[in-house]
Amino acid sequence: MNAPVPGALTSSLLYLDGVSVSFDGFKAIRGLSLTIEPGEMRAIIGPNGAGKTTMMDIITGKTKPDVGTVMFGGSVDLTKLDEAAIANLGIGRKFQKPTVFDFHTIEDNILLALKSKRTVTRTLFWRTAAADAKRIDDILGIIKLGDARDRLAGSLSHGQKQWLEIGMLLAQDPKLLLVDEPAAGMTDGETAETAVLLKEIARDHSVIVVEHDMGFIRELGVKVTVLHEGSVLAEGPLDQVSANERVVEVYLGR
Amino acid sequence: MITRFLIQGMDKRGLVFLAVLAALAILVPLANLLLPPGSLLHVPTSTMSLWGKYLCYALLAISLDLVWGYCGILSLGHGAFFALGGYAMGMYLMRQIGSRGTYGNPILPDFMVFLNWSELPWYWYGFSSFPFAMLMVLAVPGLLAFVFGWFAFRSRVTGVYLSIITQALTYALLLAFFRNDMGFGGNNGLTDFKEIVGFNVQAQSTRAALFSMTCIMLIAGFLIARGIVSSKLGKVVIAIRDAESRTRFLGYRVDRFKLFVFTVSACMAGVAGALYVPQVGIINPSEFAPANSIETVIWVAVGGRGTLVGAALGAVVVNYAKTVFTSGFMAPYWLFALGALFVFVTIFMPKGILGTAQDWWTRRKAPPEPSPAAEPAPAE
Repeated sequence: MNAPVPGALTSSLLYLDGVSVSFDGFKAIRGLSLTIEPGEMRAIIGPNGAGKTTMMDIITGKTKPDVGTVMFGGSVDLTKLDEAAIANLGIGRKFQKPTVFDFHTIEDNILLALKSKRTVTRTLFWRTAAADAKRIDDILGIIKLGDARDRLAGSLSHGQKQWLEIGMLLAQDPKLLLVDEPAAGMTDGETAETAVLLKEIARDHSVIVVEHDMGFIRELGVKVTVLHEGSVLAEGPLDQVSANERVVEVYLGR
Repeated sequence: MITRFLIQGMDKRGLVFLAVLAALAILVPLANLLLPPGSLLHVPTSTMSLWGKYLCYALLAISLDLVWGYCGILSLGHGAFFALGGYAMGMYLMRQIGSRGTYGNPILPDFMVFLNWSELPWYWYGFSSFPFAMLMVLAVPGLLAFVFGWFAFRSRVTGVYLSIITQALTYALLLAFFRNDMGFGGNNGLTDFKEIVGFNVQAQSTRAALFSMTCIMLIAGFLIARGIVSSKLGKVVIAIRDAESRTRFLGYRVDRFKLFVFTVSACMAGVAGALYVPQVGIINPSEFAPANSIETVIWVAVGGRGTLVGAALGAVVVNYAKTVFTSGFMAPYWLFALGALFVFVTIFMPKGILGTAQDWWTRRKAPPEPSPAAEPAPAE
């Protein structure tokens, strides 16, 4: 994608321009620019240390960029907000290592993620309304954990935890989902099912997927951005990108 | 709404606990006041006051369990909130002495006369009023916890660093309250109390009433803590304990939730301290000693953290053991026994008395099922 034309700033859902961040002199991200349109699903690939996770940290407010613009919905400056504010704005995140609440039941995990007012008083006097209960049932159905709803999340298998976390993302009903390596550690069957699930989610959400698994990305069939040393190396359909000489060079090393 | 809040999530264990406390609140004072001293079921006043003290500790333990067991905040300074509540009560009791003190000054407590002070410091104003003093019992520890927590939790101080600064907090207060010119009686503290709301503090009937009151406050504290941990807020708080940053990425302002439970817990500890002082008859700076706060942590660990009932049980068991050990020939070995107990519980009963008993019970009752891989979160 080329530099955004004037006016594109308001139409794109997520807009990163000239973002750089360094840790103790190491430049994790250098001059990264990226735009995600509403409703778009984008796959991000890149070798280890390319800055994929740092990019997610910047979007979700965990890391503040040294320079650069990070805009959401065309008008909100994400660099000014903290994690909770960004989450409430409608950006959900699934971590690389599945992070669920082990000591809560599966149902409670979804309940905690369910879109609602996050204030102290609202949660203290919370009553689960019928609509909320139905939403929880629906999500448990989508992620196929309906029968296990009363089990502790800590007892789930790795793949089930990944799904539960995707379910939690759905419950948050974010405008933009950041999904870090959803297929990591999954069997081939599970990977294929996850791809189907993500495509379904992408129908009414914008999604950024970070993934190593090329087969998985091929199954998603979406535009791919290749990161290398903290900036965009190539962008386009997977076939075009994987034919790019620089990309091959970076991935295979020379 | 309040009733629903208080009884939600009440389990059998909680009901048994409440029933025992209610029975104690009624039967012990009756056995003390109505039965003749020779009777087999008579409860001597000294025993009643001793158990009243244990129950104050139980309330303190529940307050610590609320922040440590459920929110993962290991406070090593909870004794400070207990002592502040105690001092607020002590100040009220001092003002009730009036002109019956050694120096007969109707306004100034004895130690102020002794220091040649001519007027009451401004922060002693109002303490002659019981309602005001009770308000302060809640407000002073609550406010300190709020301000302290505001800075600590916003700056995301967690784990061992937070534990260290809570320890520093109570130590700083210990040193401050030792100073005579602070106006809290220096190292002698506040004592020689005469009356509480018009009744003689030493009288048997007053002591019986104080015992009942302690039971009632323990019931109230338990119900509030139970209500909090059973609510959705309680689930958020447990989520914070187990995966703080995940909770933040779900959109919860972790610092505010921590601040809420920390402040509620401090108020509860303050009430425990306020009930403790008239039953013990003295409050002095040693209550701020870091060792006291650490001992409280041991009670909770022994009883079973994250269970509330277990915390109360642990406080009573350990303190009863302390009473037995420190009187008689075993007195020199108490600290060894306490240390050994802590080591034993940590190694063999990581879930405490209650958690272990519960595991044993469920294993006996139900055939083994694929057990959750989850292990208790590390003590932090």
